[in-house]
Amino acid sequence: MTALRTGLQQIRRYPSALVGLGIIVGLIVLAIAAVLIIPYDEAIRLWRGGEDIWQESPRYARPAWLNLFSAKKLPETIVLSTLSPSQTVTKIRADKTVTISLAFEYPYDDFPSELTLFFQAQYRELLPYARLSWRTPDGREISLGERKLSASDRYSISQDTRLERRLGNRPPEVGLFASPTAPQLPLKGRYELRIIGTLFEENADIDAKLVVYGKVYGLAGTDHKRRDLMVALLWGAPVALAFGFIVAVGTSLTTLIIAAIGAWYGRWVDALIQRITEVNIILPYLPILIIIGTFYSRSIWVMMIAITLLSIFNAGIKVYRAIFLQIKESPYIEAARAYGASDLRIIVRYMAPRIIPILVPGFVTLIPSLVFLEASLGLLGLGDPVLPTWGKILNDAQNNGALYKGYYYWVLSPSVLLMFTALGFSMLGFALDRIFNPRLREL
Amino acid sequence: MTDTLRRVVTYTVYRVVALALTVVVGVYLAILIANMGGYVDQIRKAQIDEAIGASVLGDRSLQGLPPSELRRIIDQRKEIEYKRLGLDKPFIVRSFSYLWDALTLNLGRAEQLSSDSGSRQVRLILLERLPATLLLFGTANLLLFFFSLFAGLWLSRRYGGFWDKLVIALTPTSAAPAWFYGIFLILIFASLLKVLPFGGMVEAPPPKDTLQYALSVLKHMILPTLALWLSSIFLAIYSRRTFFLIFASEDYVEMARAKGLPSGIIERRYILRPTLPTIITQFAFLLIGLWGGAIILETVFNWPGIGRLTFQAIGLYDTPVIVASTVIYAYLLALTVFLLDIIYALVDPRVKVGAEGGAL
Repeated sequence: MTALRTGLQQIRRYPSALVGLGIIVGLIVLAIAAVLIIPYDEAIRLWRGGEDIWQESPRYARPAWLNLFSAKKLPETIVLSTLSPSQTVTKIRADKTVTISLAFEYPYDDFPSELTLFFQAQYRELLPYARLSWRTPDGREISLGERKLSASDRYSISQDTRLERRLGNRPPEVGLFASPTAPQLPLKGRYELRIIGTLFEENADIDAKLVVYGKVYGLAGTDHKRRDLMVALLWGAPVALAFGFIVAVGTSLTTLIIAAIGAWYGRWVDALIQRITEVNIILPYLPILIIIGTFYSRSIWVMMIAITLLSIFNAGIKVYRAIFLQIKESPYIEAARAYGASDLRIIVRYMAPRIIPILVPGFVTLIPSLVFLEASLGLLGLGDPVLPTWGKILNDAQNNGALYKGYYYWVLSPSVLLMFTALGFSMLGFALDRIFNPRLREL
Repeated sequence: MTDTLRRVVTYTVYRVVALALTVVVGVYLAILIANMGGYVDQIRKAQIDEAIGASVLGDRSLQGLPPSELRRIIDQRKEIEYKRLGLDKPFIVRSFSYLWDALTLNLGRAEQLSSDSGSRQVRLILLERLPATLLLFGTANLLLFFFSLFAGLWLSRRYGGFWDKLVIALTPTSAAPAWFYGIFLILIFASLLKVLPFGGMVEAPPPKDTLQYALSVLKHMILPTLALWLSSIFLAIYSRRTFFLIFASEDYVEMARAKGLPSGIIERRYILRPTLPTIITQFAFLLIGLWGGAIILETVFNWPGIGRLTFQAIGLYDTPVIVASTVIYAYLLALTVFLLDIIYALVDPRVKVGAEGGAL
């Protein structure tokens, strides 16, 4: 134990260990923050939620801060709802006519990604009726047609093919914003959507919400399901760390105990452990995990148990065994035996602790490989079915051709986090290896 | 000489037996898990039931028959189909016949996948994919081995210099697997610079000319090979260099220096030779790790090898193909370990059968 303590004190002399430690602390803070900011149930609800939760966020949006580094300002999402009226959003009711005006400033250099109008109507029998028109900053007025409104209705303006044809075969989100003189650029200024509703009943009413979906969103952007990637990026941290840590602890300790048992009892126990190890080392590890994930369960707990079982009998057993064989002969073990200590007591109290200085570096470097294993399973579509993880983001990105279509943020943000995790733990691990392996210390 | 031969032969026999045992255990385990104690059979039965039900109900010539008669026909056909697939025997019995079939490479017929030539024979499908995997991983591993060996040797001479420090600083990057670097390489070279392809093994349509074909394959190999190389190179160089340095400080090396032997001979005779067994062992572990990663790397690069086949088969629940590719993996791993064992026995005179730590 003193070896461990003095070893840990030497960390200060290794800048890379300190950097690694810093990264690890940062990740732990991030993980705790994630759990505090978005509680578990909320994270699951957000990540598994469909269009109703992410109605107001765009698809495939880049992170908003990218606008700071670009001369071309990409649009942010604009939401105008009569349920939260403001100076530019008005709803005037006169007898049986409702006039809704949804006006907004559009200062961006690119077209929006989508336009959708949501309606909520109250009526008993007769459906209200609405006439929609679009007014551009230069005063042109484009009719968006007329429609009957049911209790909860949506008009996806972007997918209106008739409108698209009227706008000269341009998608509506382009055609409605394009400047008449330079059609490849949007016209900046004040746009207005006017809805004139006709009600046929006394207590009838209509409310409208216009969403002008942008091309940037939040700190991390969004994916193909409009979900804020921040949820998965944040929650990926505690999942990855917990996964790596629990499996590493489970594997290292079990390996340690088994090596000690083998060395202590010797003979057939030892031989059996050695043979199991030899077989286990060349088992096709990932194919077996993939088979388990496909046929049985993708639950993170099942995977953790499977990985632990498959990696207990690893090459480390041979290393530990060699050291245990030496320790076994040392006088203090003999002393323990003389005072009548049980086998279990000798193994757990006297033999196992001696290996800890060798175990610690291996343990620390094991964590990033486990984090990557979890991400690999996620990338193959075998991530936990419920939890948002970094691997799953990469899987979604891969399936939606993110690299091919140029959605780099989608791949880069989880990758950078994975890289930080890997670097943090392995920098610390390599430094510890050099501290605890005196042969390497000078090199 | 005969002594060496006998030693190598006994050792080889011992290792073959041990590795054969490993392959049997590995394959049986894969069969057990793939069938989940018969669970997959239930899925297969349900699929058969559904297909037969649909085919009987959709058959014009059988229309008009009373429902009881139809039911009888369905049950009869199900029975025949179960027998044909061997689903009527208990799982344990089947698992051993599966095991024997798998070990003798009698891999059966795929349920969903087929080879490019249209065959359903799993063996043919695998044979078609195997060269691609061997080509990619063989190239990458040879590059890795020799590059790390020479770079390690070169660095150990320049201990403490700029390049030495750089490699040490870059060593932690080896914690990331090959597919991770693959994604970055695709991003840079395929997506941004557009100089190399996103994936695949050859252009579509494949060039007719053999030279053109080879060049196209070479072009497609660059990124996956580079990804594999990047993911392990720094750690490999670092550990080589460290071993060389440890051995370079041994007394007998000092002695050789004092005698005034040229550094080339010292390196070859006194440093390289004693460290070679360790280096080969490390390399064996590296190879084993890389084989495992093939599934993801090939999926990321769309490389038509065994790894991507496994992944496709898993997506289609094609049990024969999944078991077969796991079998091939077990064989590949065993073969790798066996070859390295032989080399190990050849280079390390201390290796004796039954000696402590003789193998891996």
